[in-house]
Amino acid sequence: MRIPELTLPASMASLLGRLPATPPCWALVTTLNQLKKRDILPADMSLLAGHSFEVHVQDAGLRLGFSADEENFKVASVGDTPDLRLSANLADFARMMLREEDPDTLFFNRKLIIEGDTELGLIVKNLLDSVDWSSTPLQRFMAV
Amino acid sequence: MPATRPLPELVCPAGSLPALKAAVDNGADTVYLGLKNDTNARNFAGLNFDDRTAREGIRYAHQHERKVLLAINTYAQGGDISRWHRAIDEGADLGVDAIILADIGLMEYARRRYPELRLHMSVQSSATNYEAINLAQELFDIRRAVLPRVLTLDQVKQVIDHTRVEIEVFGFGSLCVMVEGRCLLSSYATGESPNSHGVCSPAKFVRWEHGSQALGARLNGILIDEYQQGEPAGYPTLCKGRFEVEGDTYYALEEPTSLNVMAMLPQIIDIGVAAIKVEGRQRSPAYVAQVTRTLREALDAAGREPQRFSVKPGWTQALSKLAEGQQQTLGAYNRPWK
Repeated sequence: MRIPELTLPASMASLLGRLPATPPCWALVTTLNQLKKRDILPADMSLLAGHSFEVHVQDAGLRLGFSADEENFKVASVGDTPDLRLSANLADFARMMLREEDPDTLFFNRKLIIEGDTELGLIVKNLLDSVDWSSTPLQRFMAV
Repeated sequence: MPATRPLPELVCPAGSLPALKAAVDNGADTVYLGLKNDTNARNFAGLNFDDRTAREGIRYAHQHERKVLLAINTYAQGGDISRWHRAIDEGADLGVDAIILADIGLMEYARRRYPELRLHMSVQSSATNYEAINLAQELFDIRRAVLPRVLTLDQVKQVIDHTRVEIEVFGFGSLCVMVEGRCLLSSYATGESPNSHGVCSPAKFVRWEHGSQALGARLNGILIDEYQQGEPAGYPTLCKGRFEVEGDTYYALEEPTSLNVMAMLPQIIDIGVAAIKVEGRQRSPAYVAQVTRTLREALDAAGREPQRFSVKPGWTQALSKLAEGQQQTLGAYNRPWK
């Protein structure tokens, strides 16, 4: 499966941007916690605890804020300056998650924007890279 | 051109278990990895292998009849060298196929404690001539040396012709400014360098500034570069920054380019290079898969028909997308230096 070169229309961003971000954010946090609980996401929570994060899906106008404690990820209001903000269009996030594209490549090409604590960004990037999807049913969606 | 030369081993990087599997699945002969501490020169937060992932990775590689090398390629720091000794002990216990070492003190330890363990001399040892390599062989029985990316093809051949030690050269990846293992730029800015702390431009010192016009990269406060909108960015290393020198602002030391030796593969095979290494343990499984697959194809093609070998546009396209600065160079290999 190849993700097509696609940017959501601006109208989508203005529409989605007006809807409450809580449901998609809750879905993201629940997924992260489930993956962690099943040992699929090998997260060292001591490195993430006490930090705030925002995933900004630019073309969808979505800002998903969450934080972490020693145990879990939680939906949180992160304000204007989260400790780490990752911004990209939906298609590029999808490419990164499905391992079609290397995050460094997206960063070199200015398609992925990392703001805030650079070391925290590296921890998160390396955490996503270290997930061994071959042990899960999601393996068939992965490019690698 | 003798057709009997064996193909060089394709040696690929792994910063995580999925990257290791991607390398094996896409045709690497050998994978190299490091432990989660400053005993290796890619000591980045969240990267590298612990005991469990290392065992699983080695099991996977060996099951597919590939080799695994453990990089312990920083210099043991005076205060406490036990971490480096433990890393060697762990490598021996894990059953890696060889350990890549830079520090001659560690070579001595490894040789004395584990006489059967195969040792490679790291690029960080900065051995650029056969006398240095032959001395390391005599003293510590090293079996392979990784050459710094500073030699021309003729100079590489000169080394190979005068040593029985296998020679490994870099084939693809980010370039280091011409003084591998001796670079002090990172420690000038941050107090930490690859040889001492296992990391160049440590992330905790890097700050990306998002201005309205440009993206600024600062290393411990020092402005390294500003990228205008749409301009490709690079790694925030001092050597690849743009600086003002006598009124001109330009890449005063080195441009952000990637090495790519594809065009020279027939010559590299012909002079008897034993292994070709891909840089990039800090990169994701997607990078490892794409580079490994492309070089595997190119290397096999060069081995089959060296006279008719030409670089396929698809290979160049696949690799240039992944390159730092999106420029590629043959580096020192094709310089006219004598």
